Amino acid sequence: MLTRLRPLCVELSVPTSNRETYFNQPDEQGHFGPYGGVFVAETLMQALEELRQNYEKYLHDKGFLAELDADLAHYVGRPSPLYHAERWSRELGGAQIYLKREDLNHTGAHKVNNTIGQALLAKRMGKTRIIAETGAGQHGVATATVAARLGLECVIYMGAVDIVRQEANVYRMRLLGAEVRAVESGSKTLKDALNEAMRDWVTHIDDTFYIIGTVAGPHPYPAMVRDFQAIIGREARQQVQQQAGRLPDALVACVGGGSNAIGLFYPFLDDEAVEIYGVEAAGDGLETGNHAAPLCAGRPGVLHGNRTYLMEDDDGQIIETHSISAGLDYPGVGPEHAWLKDCGRAQYVAVTDNEALAAFHALTRIEGIIPALESSHALAYAAKLAPTLGREQIILVNLSGRGDKDIHTVAALEGIEI
Amino acid sequence: MSRIAATFKSLRADGRKALIPYITAGDPKPGITVSIMHTMVEAGADIIELGVPFSDPMADGPVIQRASERALVHHTSLRDVLEMVQEFRVDNAQTPVVLMGYLNPIEVMGYEAFAAAAAEAGVDGALTVDIPPEEAGELLSALNRHALNAIFLIAPTTVGSRIETICKVASGFVYYVSLKGVTGASHLDIAGVEQKLEKIHRTTDLPIGVGFGIKDAATAAAVSKVADAVVVGSALVSRVEALAEQPDAIAPALAKLLAEMRRAMDAQNQP
Repeated sequence: MLTRLRPLCVELSVPTSNRETYFNQPDEQGHFGPYGGVFVAETLMQALEELRQNYEKYLHDKGFLAELDADLAHYVGRPSPLYHAERWSRELGGAQIYLKREDLNHTGAHKVNNTIGQALLAKRMGKTRIIAETGAGQHGVATATVAARLGLECVIYMGAVDIVRQEANVYRMRLLGAEVRAVESGSKTLKDALNEAMRDWVTHIDDTFYIIGTVAGPHPYPAMVRDFQAIIGREARQQVQQQAGRLPDALVACVGGGSNAIGLFYPFLDDEAVEIYGVEAAGDGLETGNHAAPLCAGRPGVLHGNRTYLMEDDDGQIIETHSISAGLDYPGVGPEHAWLKDCGRAQYVAVTDNEALAAFHALTRIEGIIPALESSHALAYAAKLAPTLGREQIILVNLSGRGDKDIHTVAALEGIEI
Repeated sequence: MSRIAATFKSLRADGRKALIPYITAGDPKPGITVSIMHTMVEAGADIIELGVPFSDPMADGPVIQRASERALVHHTSLRDVLEMVQEFRVDNAQTPVVLMGYLNPIEVMGYEAFAAAAAEAGVDGALTVDIPPEEAGELLSALNRHALNAIFLIAPTTVGSRIETICKVASGFVYYVSLKGVTGASHLDIAGVEQKLEKIHRTTDLPIGVGFGIKDAATAAAVSKVADAVVVGSALVSRVEALAEQPDAIAPALAKLLAEMRRAMDAQNQP
């Protein structure tokens, strides 16, 4: 029986004695193969160590896990449904598409699974102030939400460019009592917001908890965020067996930093018959260089505390990325994805802005579900994959967020001002 | 003996403390970095810390981040920085030069290629901000192979066992970050610094430099009382920024501040 699984990820009872498992990552220093690790200034080492110790302690704490479960059920609204998109599947003329409805969570995306977990941890560690970075604003909203509920001071760092792209979410965060600080440095997007949040953390290390929104950053963040997001895959794995009587043939999720993707993928990693596809943002097209697809078109390097695939130039400078979706507009990717790519367990592909937009419209018109532009990347790839598979086969797509936040972007492309 | 060790030895013999200015290479334009380095030595600098520009300087405050941005407008690369050191060495064979920067440009060049090229150019040590000793094994071997010193940071939050870990792999000197925060922050607590330095001195014989929060002659003098070296960065870089449009005025302005610091430090440490 599997004993090495971390408690938040238990429930799988697969005998692994005679074969390799994908559940033994990371090692104690946070390495996923050659990726991950802790690459930060000495000024942050003690804070990371304190976080790691607390996380490993509460990971085994029945009271903590019970409170987390209760919040996920009654505050977030879990389990989120698994929905068989019959009409769209028929239209595509191939595999049956099932959607994991993370868009139905409180705050409208998968992000809250993680912020609830980290905020409960912050409370137990006696921290009174929460900081976070945000790109599309979904993680910022999910953080401001839990901070409001727990009565914690909250500061959100957001690139000045993203603030313009995601006005509604900025207002939402402010309504929730968070202070949104515009980041004017560098490319003024998610990566710069992350730099700025790290600086804040270093300066206010005694009372502040930094809630990173994705499976990047220094150890223990990639493992911790994965463990909080793995609820997606645990539920989906059970639901698909109940509804369809078997495991899916393929999983598809979009990958920016990669938290919704790893959340879905992780519990399926040892189900080797299940193909896994992570979908990056090809922006204007991989060949144009205007994209955000480090796994498909980048190379390994070190940024934001971990070693992973990056978008960088020949001098090792991080280059600006492009995607229609602010949530995917990030030059790095979680180190576990880098490892899954190298060991071949998952395949990483990319779809363009236009392909994502087409999928956005298709799902909206055919199923009556407005997906986030991030999730639309996963949908676009599923739409390509489905016709290549038989009607009895199953593709499980993570519908990681709802698209209300994106209607201004989409309308503007059609020349409509709302 | 390395140039850094020799420098500290001779200062110690004179009862003086080291003054270590930091500037970002290529700021505000690559052409003037070498002449600024020479001017700083004339004004009393004992060791020069030369910043390698990086697009995402996570541990630095806004002042040094903007310096990186100005240098990157001209695409100042790690190779360019090494060429500047080589040029500096034509006229200066004794002042140690330490490169301070982030890991990724070194990763891309390759650890061995970097160490070989740095030694060849006349670099004496490297302070790579975002690589703690736990991850530094391969980089350390490369630096050691080429007789380059590996300078590491110790923070106010660094606990005793980690101080030992760091001092075991550090060489040249160790760099104590005098306050919680990023470069360019204020509020310096000298008594707190002194306490921590005593603790570090019990662990290592290496000289200890103190940086972060040293902005004028008075703070430099106060820190020089308790430390072996005073590192000054943002105070210089903010003058570079203010004069970015009049580059000819930069070297004299930095020389003036450094000379004030030099005088105040030497006066402080008169027997």
